[in-house]
Amino acid sequence: MNDTVIAAIDQGTTSTRCMIFDRQGRTRSLAQREHHQVFPQPGWAEQDADEIWRHVQRLVPEALAQAGLDRRQVAALGIANQRETTVVWDRTTGKSVAPAITWQDTRTSDLVDDLVAKGATDKVMAVTGLQPRTYFAGPRLRWLLDHRRGLRQRAKAGELLFGTMESWLIWNLTGGVDGGVHVTDVTNASRTMLMDLSTGQWDDSMLDLLDIPRVGLPSIRSNAEVYGTCVDPLQGVPIAGALGDQQAALFGQTCFEPGDAKCTYGTGAFLLINTGKERPTPGPSVLPTVAYALGDDDPVYAVEGSIAMAGSLVQWLRDALEIIPTAPQIETLARSVEHNGGCYIVPAFSGLYAPRWDQDARGVIVGLTSFVTKAHLARAVLEATAWQTWEVVEAIRNDLGLTLETLRVDGGMTSNHLLMQMLSDVLDVAVERPLVSETVCLGAAYAAGLTVGYWSDLATLSHHRHVAAVWRPKMDAAVRKRESTQWNRAVDHALGWVLPPD
Amino acid sequence: MLRILGGAGRPLRLSEIADALDLPKPTIFGLVRTLRDVGFVHQDRATSDYSLGDGIRNLHESGLDPNDLRSHAMNWSDALASRTRLEVHIGFPDPDGARIVHHVFRPGGAKQHLRIGEVLPFHASALGKIMLGFVAGTPSSPRLLERYTQRTVVSRAALDAEMHRIRARGWSSEGGELTPGIGAVAVPLRGYGGIGVGALAVTGPVEKVFRHAGPPLESIIQATTDTAVSISRSLGLHA
Repeated sequence: MNDTVIAAIDQGTTSTRCMIFDRQGRTRSLAQREHHQVFPQPGWAEQDADEIWRHVQRLVPEALAQAGLDRRQVAALGIANQRETTVVWDRTTGKSVAPAITWQDTRTSDLVDDLVAKGATDKVMAVTGLQPRTYFAGPRLRWLLDHRRGLRQRAKAGELLFGTMESWLIWNLTGGVDGGVHVTDVTNASRTMLMDLSTGQWDDSMLDLLDIPRVGLPSIRSNAEVYGTCVDPLQGVPIAGALGDQQAALFGQTCFEPGDAKCTYGTGAFLLINTGKERPTPGPSVLPTVAYALGDDDPVYAVEGSIAMAGSLVQWLRDALEIIPTAPQIETLARSVEHNGGCYIVPAFSGLYAPRWDQDARGVIVGLTSFVTKAHLARAVLEATAWQTWEVVEAIRNDLGLTLETLRVDGGMTSNHLLMQMLSDVLDVAVERPLVSETVCLGAAYAAGLTVGYWSDLATLSHHRHVAAVWRPKMDAAVRKRESTQWNRAVDHALGWVLPPD
Repeated sequence: MLRILGGAGRPLRLSEIADALDLPKPTIFGLVRTLRDVGFVHQDRATSDYSLGDGIRNLHESGLDPNDLRSHAMNWSDALASRTRLEVHIGFPDPDGARIVHHVFRPGGAKQHLRIGEVLPFHASALGKIMLGFVAGTPSSPRLLERYTQRTVVSRAALDAEMHRIRARGWSSEGGELTPGIGAVAVPLRGYGGIGVGALAVTGPVEKVFRHAGPPLESIIQATTDTAVSISRSLGLHA
């Protein structure tokens, strides 16, 4: 059969999608389905792993049918997933034993505070590269074992399996209760706070610290190897690639050389930069992580900076303030003025992420005068996303001496030309949007296709990359300097706003 | 009907509108549904009663925002560039021509520059000609027929004849009339009720767009038309 393809699943926060790609890396079809999100109390966010698996079972045949293809034409399957979302399931029934706790959930804050109070921060950082935060999967697993009746005993007895979403899907796809393969990939594992970032293996001291029995953990594998063969759907197709979604986007953007960087602009924003084969040791403002490990090759590392609010700030302007009727119209409004009118918005609605990491920060609007209109506010909203990206890039430059040559962007906000121009202006680099915007699925497909020889090497993948648009810097250096100073002053007003409880 | 809804001072039931206009209920139902779908009439979710919609107040504003259009069209226009290996433009009507509001580079092409904001003349570009033919808010005929190349149509009679053909077949083309060696094919983008709101074009070297000394390649016309239908459908659902 000549017409073979690669299938990819992106198991995301709000929806799961399946895409089919051809040999040129072009999209053949896309099927998508949203799943329920449950917020049982403030700070909690849960999902039903069984529902997500049911969706995958329907989406994959749907995507194939759309493309007019047969499963025998699928050379391999790759998987990308929302990272840090934690699932525990019963190995004999194949069902999850508790709702999956998602990456947005902050219920582990007491547990994490406790670790910090015990003085574990340095040790955790030395081993995992991460600072103890509610963000990561390990503390969630510990929470489930502590708070769900009987789970700890059953886990110790080997009745339960743990994992992030890719583990859950691979286990189910390869047969589930009937011989399912229990694995995770090194990028997902690097976000658990349980893995030694230097060896790529579970670390006993971290397992002891969090009191997690090793028996339920998946084995850690590279991002490009055959983990197993699908039983249903895609019977007989090898699962040959798995990456966390942000690393998948980095791979899909073909950021294969040290210094290559991408930023995904969705609800929040995630900037990752390839740092090469040495484990990076940045300061506490940005996180070292695994970019990818291909088969037996040495892993390639990355540094990541995440921004809590990007698109969600635009949504706030639309839904809470009702200043704009649709999100894209922020550009129309912002373009009606030449500058921000002296007004700056720091969107620390639930604290600030990289590089400030201040959970007590809260949002501020500063520089208000009678001159300021809603159009200036719209501009300040977009500038906030640009300046937050700049902060992450500056932190990476200060910590690691790495400077960007270009920034590759993806995500919904890349349709906003004003924002893309602002990014280029404040970063003083070219900003590039690739032709295939579904970089997460593409990255997973690339990893799987490399494993089975569908694509021969990284150079072939780089060759497939086409640029859809480039924005080049136009801002005067003096203006950039002045505006960056103003931004930093605005952030100072936001920091530490929350009073400790009486 | 709009006067009755506006003057009633409260939401009206379907039967009340039918009585006031002395028309059968099924007729009123069809009319009021259409007015509701374009936003001129609002229907209360709970009571199903009708009142004037916001759309009627905003009638003086253009219905579609170019940034909304771009956001709807981005994935489709990327796929079109990928499929045709040509550059993609989306245009919006401007007093002097077709203003480019979205631009996707030609895959594998040399270094390219974003052309957002450029205004292409109505009579000398595929994007402009399709707007003259189909898009609301464009002049019935351009004021000046300026010459850009040897091939630019500068005779009003010749342009009228071409516009006649364009309206009949639903697409326009450009063969070196604006820039020597550059060709293009354009189709309208339709919003509510089939109203032309903008236009979609693919453009590139003439030999990549046209059959040797003949009309544009059928595959390119087809791909562009298909993409426009997909974008229009998404506009109709979301506008």
